[in-house]
Amino acid sequence: MNSQLRFVQGNEACVEGALYAGLEFFAGYPITPSTEVAEHLSRRLPQRGGKFIQMEDEIASMCAIIGASLTGHKVLTATSGPGFSLMQEALGYAVMTEIPCVIVNVQRGGPSTGIPTHIAQADVNQARWGTHGDHAIIALTASSHQDVFAMTVEAFNMAETYRTPVVLLFDEVVGHMREPLLLPEPGEIPLVERLKTSVREGVDYHPYLPREDGRLPMADFGGVHRYNVTGLYHDMWGFPSDNPKVVHGLIRHLVDKIENHVEQIARYKTFYLEDARTVLVSYGASARTALHVVEGQRKRGQKYGLLELQTLWPFPTEVVAEVCAKAERVIVVEMNMGQICREVQRTVRDPGKVFLANRIDGVLITPTDVRQVLRLIAGQGV
Amino acid sequence: MAVKDYLRERFFPHMWCPGCGHGTVLNGLVHAIEKLGMSKNEIVMVSGIGCSSRISGYVDFHTMHTLHGRALAFATGIKLSKPELNVIVPMGDGDALAIGGNHFIHAARRNIAMTALVMNNRIYGMTGGQYSPLSGYGTIATTAPYTNIDQGFDVAALSMAAGATFVARTTVYHVHEVADLIQQAILHDGFSVVEVLSQCPTYFGRHNRLGGPVEMLQWFKDNTTRIGSKAAAENPELIQRGIFMQADKPEYCTEYDKIVEQAMAAAKA
Ligand SMILES: Cc1ncc(C[n+]2csc(CCOP(=O)(O)OP(=O)(O)O)c2C)c(N)n1
Ligand code: SF4
Ligand SMILES: [Mg+2]
Repeated sequence: MNSQLRFVQGNEACVEGALYAGLEFFAGYPITPSTEVAEHLSRRLPQRGGKFIQMEDEIASMCAIIGASLTGHKVLTATSGPGFSLMQEALGYAVMTEIPCVIVNVQRGGPSTGIPTHIAQADVNQARWGTHGDHAIIALTASSHQDVFAMTVEAFNMAETYRTPVVLLFDEVVGHMREPLLLPEPGEIPLVERLKTSVREGVDYHPYLPREDGRLPMADFGGVHRYNVTGLYHDMWGFPSDNPKVVHGLIRHLVDKIENHVEQIARYKTFYLEDARTVLVSYGASARTALHVVEGQRKRGQKYGLLELQTLWPFPTEVVAEVCAKAERVIVVEMNMGQICREVQRTVRDPGKVFLANRIDGVLITPTDVRQVLRLIAGQGV
Repeated sequence: MAVKDYLRERFFPHMWCPGCGHGTVLNGLVHAIEKLGMSKNEIVMVSGIGCSSRISGYVDFHTMHTLHGRALAFATGIKLSKPELNVIVPMGDGDALAIGGNHFIHAARRNIAMTALVMNNRIYGMTGGQYSPLSGYGTIATTAPYTNIDQGFDVAALSMAAGATFVARTTVYHVHEVADLIQQAILHDGFSVVEVLSQCPTYFGRHNRLGGPVEMLQWFKDNTTRIGSKAAAENPELIQRGIFMQADKPEYCTEYDKIVEQAMAAAKA
């Protein structure tokens, strides 16, 4: 056993996860509360022959990792709200060109510069719809450092599996707090490596012709297959096309390759759900609060349970619907104006039983805050 | 390899207007590469968005058509992750110096080895003739119907100030210079800039009553001169052509290799 127990910040757990997954290239621009990711990687990446570059802004950072991914590398950038806003156009480019990459957004309060050193979870919908045009996206989150590590590895795996950008939506509290992290052994968590084309040199390679299983083997840019990459709608060779059939086929492919795999992409944790009459749904740092509330209620003999979401997008509709079906009440605990609450409401059969327990003042929601909402719902006043 | 082997012939005729100068830049570029005897697999072309950026569709290299203004940022990721590649980045004047101005100066400052080709037609061609940061004071554009009060950049001076280590300028009238300068720029180990004045008869020419492509080419002939020529001394109004700067400075990827060595040694110790 050479597993190591470390006492780290969440942002370091993310770095460890990325390195475990095989990260080779990072480009970024400093911003609180994500900066530690860049700082640690500037030291760690070159130690293993990887590359780190601090770009002139987040737009450039996002573009640079896409370029580096195309040459055959696993890539990452890390930012927070304002930087995530700047990345949106290039994120759409990665969606359109199907270039794997991972983007960490350690959320802080917004809009605008907002509240840089405090927690929020208000970029959930931005992760989903921040870039223009119809598309699908994968966004993952975590509430503990062990899970930050695991979800970071998952993000790289999913980016390669689905040839897509994957957003890791952490939050300031998880990013900055310290707790133990047990580093898994190499090989303990399976890694997905890039699916490379088996087409030999001199044989026509179609970069955008999906195999029967929908996957697109890649060829490293700068290798033996020359092709075109464009953010315009494109044909199977990667050349621009405005043929309605091609356009329709591509947008369907981009959406379907993710929306048809909601089940495979769904990551979540369940606590005391078997007989739960009141179900809390939460994620990220808020889920720690929610679990505290649930365990407290259980001690009092109350049938409370928690569904902790780790995949936010594509929204795991079936899981949520099933978990909530038998519940009398569903309380969504999150640090925004109800971004996931709205998803839950439109997922369950009776939206009237879904309530929001939130906090939007930059302070982590407390068990007392949640219990107060519970009392209000029960008509017991504050 | 014959020049035409560097082209993707199935995409011709090209999309540029008759008389557009951008095709001449393509011509110069493939001649430069042919003279250098480079293999198609070692060249990556990264372009932005604009009429100029469509050049990447016509060459049989590894080609990436990116976002308006961001070509150099994508190219930086490609080059740093695979330094053995030759990276060529053609951009329009708006692409390179308006929306992409920040990436331009920072790529120059880093001195990362790649060749930036600024296809300067002093207008936003693709979007239909709005003024660019290179249009210059007193010109007319669809967004400057009275007159343009924006001052222009001097691309060569800007590039040098930003830290580019090879800086040259010519025009599409001077076809051989285009090929020659691009050739030298590709060979240069550092960030190289070649500004090629190109004509957009459709918008810049028409709005500014400069005549057709022939008259615009004649204008390039009459209004430019070689750096250090007698004509330049006599008439400072003339635009100078040639190599403004060619310097040796540590190249970014080479420097990063040293960081890797240092970090690996420190990790072992
Ligand atoms: C973010 C963004 N803003 C605006 C545009 C619209 N746009 C496309 S090309 C272009 C300007 C092209 O001018 P230039 O770069 O000089 O190239 P030219 O067409 O003249 O060769 C603009 C504004 C865009 N594609 N993306
Ligand atoms: S609009 Fe101008 S720049 Fe664009 S193709 Fe036509 S002539 Fe060339
Ligand atoms: Mg232009």
